[in-house]
This record gives sequence, structure tokens and C-alpha cells, in this order.
Amino acid sequence: MRHLEVAYGGIKAVKGIDLSVPKGELVCLIGTNGAGKTTTLKAIAGMLPVAADAVLYDGAPIGGLRAFQLVRRGLALVPEGRGVFGQLTVAENLAMGAYVRSDAAAVKLDMERVFNLFPRLAERRGQSAGTLSGGEQQMLAIGRALMSRPKLLLLDEPSMGLAPLMVQKIFETIRAVAREGVTILLVEQNARLALEASSRGYVMETGLITLSGPARELLSDSKVRAAYLGETD
Amino acid sequence: MNTFAKARSKWVGVALIAIALIALPFALASVGTAWVRIANFAILYTFLALGLNIVVGFAGLLDLGYIAFYAVGAYAYALLASPHFGLHLPFWVILPIGGLVACVFGVLLGTPTLKLRGDYLAIVTLGFGEIVRIFLNNLSRPINITNGPQGISRIDPFRFGSFNFSRSETIFGLTFSGPIKYYYILLALLLLAILVNLRLQHSRIGRAWEAIREDEIAARAMGINTTHIKLLAFAMGASFGGIAGGMFAAIQEFISPESFVLVESVMVLSMVVLGGMGNVWGVVLGAVLLSFVPELLRYTVAPVQHALFGRTIIEPEVIRMLLFGLALVLMMLYRPAGLLPSAVRKRELARTNGSAE
Repeated sequence: MRHLEVAYGGIKAVKGIDLSVPKGELVCLIGTNGAGKTTTLKAIAGMLPVAADAVLYDGAPIGGLRAFQLVRRGLALVPEGRGVFGQLTVAENLAMGAYVRSDAAAVKLDMERVFNLFPRLAERRGQSAGTLSGGEQQMLAIGRALMSRPKLLLLDEPSMGLAPLMVQKIFETIRAVAREGVTILLVEQNARLALEASSRGYVMETGLITLSGPARELLSDSKVRAAYLGETD
Repeated sequence: MNTFAKARSKWVGVALIAIALIALPFALASVGTAWVRIANFAILYTFLALGLNIVVGFAGLLDLGYIAFYAVGAYAYALLASPHFGLHLPFWVILPIGGLVACVFGVLLGTPTLKLRGDYLAIVTLGFGEIVRIFLNNLSRPINITNGPQGISRIDPFRFGSFNFSRSETIFGLTFSGPIKYYYILLALLLLAILVNLRLQHSRIGRAWEAIREDEIAARAMGINTTHIKLLAFAMGASFGGIAGGMFAAIQEFISPESFVLVESVMVLSMVVLGGMGNVWGVVLGAVLLSFVPELLRYTVAPVQHALFGRTIIEPEVIRMLLFGLALVLMMLYRPAGLLPSAVRKRELARTNGSAE
């Protein structure tokens, strides 16, 4: 992605940022509330209008495409606040994730794979998603996104509103998904966990990227430590 | 063995219902031809309710101006098969045209309202319904298109060659009056509509509607083209309304803007809500109940009062609205998801009960 700009009405929320996610890597985008992280993610996922050449994917400009076209190209967004279909069962939610696919047999196998990844969901496959705990809903949202067989997974604040233990669990599964070869762009407020899981990191402040580099270096960077990790030297 | 017996008893049930539906108009005719007409209108309303169910029940888009599509279909039929323009096309040509025209109107309403939900959408659709009615009322000048408030009369009935649906006929010693003949063709069309609804519900489109109803952002993230899918709901619902409108014009042989007032939209919506939004059989039940019960009251309220008090204290019309209101309040209290709730809404109810424990 290069020089991405997103404006809501007359207000520019994202003021020209450059960011790249190499294939097979887990990259995180961290920053405070209102920095423009979610907006960036939504723009990539085709939920907001952006210039065609602002987003490159596999070398092709995809900026002007809409969400439903991007899912078919292998981009999957796990929206902020999870967005599970509360009144549908766990299994129906997962089936909805495979909406763009027509290979029923393979979809069934993939559902079993998701259930292997999240045994908790397997136990509750017939339960309606709204009755799940926050963490289980997050698992379901990630599992649902995986059902479209994404090449690039966009995760928006997967730790939001979850108990610390559950956050650990979610991050373990994110790493597991990354190990399977899925490229991931992770947007997080929990900077430490995000950087520990990623290979590269970007720091965003009020619509601009202020810092970037290998995650390990960012973790030891004094500015990052002070601002996002709550540490003072 | 057990499943076999179950399947057989199911088929026996279907056969019994079929026989009952076939015999029904003759049973009703023995009470009075008026009752056959009432049955025909019940079928028409069921057809309408099924169309609205696509928009409200499946896609979750509240439409308060649904009767406008019924009006569009009715006027399309009237203009193409009456002395008004001197056109007399056969009904099997006009009914699809009416559906198509209504479909265009559906897209017309759907396009600007794509971003609206809930209350906002309800207000816009309500306005749309009124706009259509007012247009029909006023399009008599400068060029007389709709004949204004006088309406259009002497509309052609359904006709196959010399077989006229409005005339009485005796076949094999059985007298088929006009309404009885209409009953069968309406019933056939209704069965088709039910089939289409059932198929839609379990199709890919049906699932997409379900997703949109639940969470539109997430639906988009699933790769659903929400714009198309929502317009499709409006268009399909409207087509149902248009076809029903055509049938209405043919049966009545007279239409005027007065038949398409807001109360009619509310009535059809009540049928959908009362029966069970999103459940095809629930909607059918709701429509049949709300079509027949008021008529039953009309014929019983006055005699009962006469028997009890020797005079009519409360007009049947007043009692009707009173009971209707009471029924709705009781429904909201005891069966908020409708008489026959859809599986999804049933689950939602179970959940709220569960959390209350």
C-alpha cells in the first residue's frame, strides 16, 4: 500500500501512509484510539472508497474494488467488535464465511479444520452465536474469516473487551494461523502482545505512520516503550 | 419402518389438506357466495403478505408503503385491459407485466434507501406509498392516465378464449360461479408463490438476506454484495405485490386510489408480524386469520348483541378494531415472534428467556 489517504467528509482520517505486508508475514499496526488504524483496515478491505492505485495486492491495484470483490480475491476482514451473526448458530456463521465459495465438500473439510483450531467452537456448533462469550465470539469471527480461504487476513482489534487470559488464547491462535502460511495484518491497541507476535510493526498517530521497523526493534525502542508499553527508562 | 410410516402420514396429511382446499369453495358457496369472495381476498392478501415477507422477514427491511406495489400492479392491469385506453391484452400477458412494472418501482424505491435502516427506512417507504397513491389520484390532468379518484371501471376479467372467469358455468352437474373459478386460479398462483418463498429462504440469496439482517458490515466482509442483494429483496417483494395487484383488478373489475391507502400497508405488515416474520407458514397463517376473523366478526357481532341486549350497542366495525388492537397487544406480550416463529427468531426468544433465569 502506498500513500493511502482516507477522508470522512472533509476530514482526513488517514493522511497518506505507506505500509507493506510481505507475503507470509504477520505485520501489526499499533496506535492509540482515533489514530486511524481501523480506517486504514477498512480502506484496504474495500469498505471505504479510496484511489485505485492506493492499495496494491499481489502487484495489482485493488483500491477501487468493493468488499465483495476483494473477498473473492482472498482478502478477509475480521471486523472490529467481531460482528458475528448473533441469531445464527456457530455452524451457520462458519457456513456464511464460505459464502463466496461453491465447493461444498471442501467447505465441509474447512469447517472441520476450524473446529480443530478452536475446539470450543466444535462443542458449541449448534448454539446461537449471540450466546457465546466474547472470546468465543472472537474465535468464531476469526474462524468465519478463515472459511473464505483468505491469503490475507485483516484483524481489527481482536483483543478488544476480552479477559487477559482469553487475549492470550486469541493471540496463540493468531500465531497458529500465521504459521499455516496466511498473511496477516493485525490492528491492535495491545502493543506489547501485537509486537511480540509480529515480524514487523507500524506505529500510527493521528493519521500518520510515525515509526516502523522490525517488531523486535520497536519493542526495545524507547519512544514506543514510553508511549505504548507504559514503561519509563 | 418408523420413518416410512412418518413419511406416509405426512403425505396423507398433505392429501387431506389438498382435498379440503379443493372442496372449500363449494362448502363456502353453500353458506353464501360472499364467503367465496372473502376466501379469494384471503388468498390475495396471503400472496401480498408473502411478498412483503421477502422484504421484511427475510431481508429485515421495514417497508410501510408496500401497498404501493399492489397499486402499481393493479393500475398496470387496469390500463392494459379496460375500455379506458381501449386496450384488451390477455391476463397472462398483463400479470407478468404488472409484476415487472412493480419490480421497477421496487428498485426505484430501493436505490435511494440503500443506506437507511429501521425507522428511517420505514418513514421513506411510508412516504413512497403515499406518493404513489396521490399520483394515482391526480394523474387525470392534463392527460387523463389514471382517471383520478373516479378510478377505472369495466376492467376485463381473466379469460381463456371463451372461458370467462367472471361468469357462472355448469360442468359435470357442478355449478362453478365466477368467484369459485377465480378461487382455483388464485389458489394455484398462491401455491406457486409459497413454493418460490420456500425455495428462496434456503437459497444462497436467502442466506445473504439473513446475514444482512443480522449485521450489514459483517455481511459485506463475507463477500456479499449488499447493494445487489438488498435491491433484489425490494424488487422481488415488489413483483409479488404487482402480480397480486393485477389479480385484484381483474376480480374487482374496478379500482380506484381509495383501495391503496396506508391502512392496507399496515394490514399486510400486521399479517407478516402476527404470523411470524420470516416463516412462510407463519405468514400464511397470519394472512388467513387476519382476512377471515374480521369478516366472521362482521357476521356475528350484531346478531350476538341482539340476542343478548335486544339491540346493537357497539358497531361491528368498532369491535373489529378493538379486538385487533387487543390481539396485537396480547401477541407482543406472549408470542412476540409471531404465531409460528421462524427458527432463527425462536432461538432468539429462547435466548432472552435463558438469560432471564
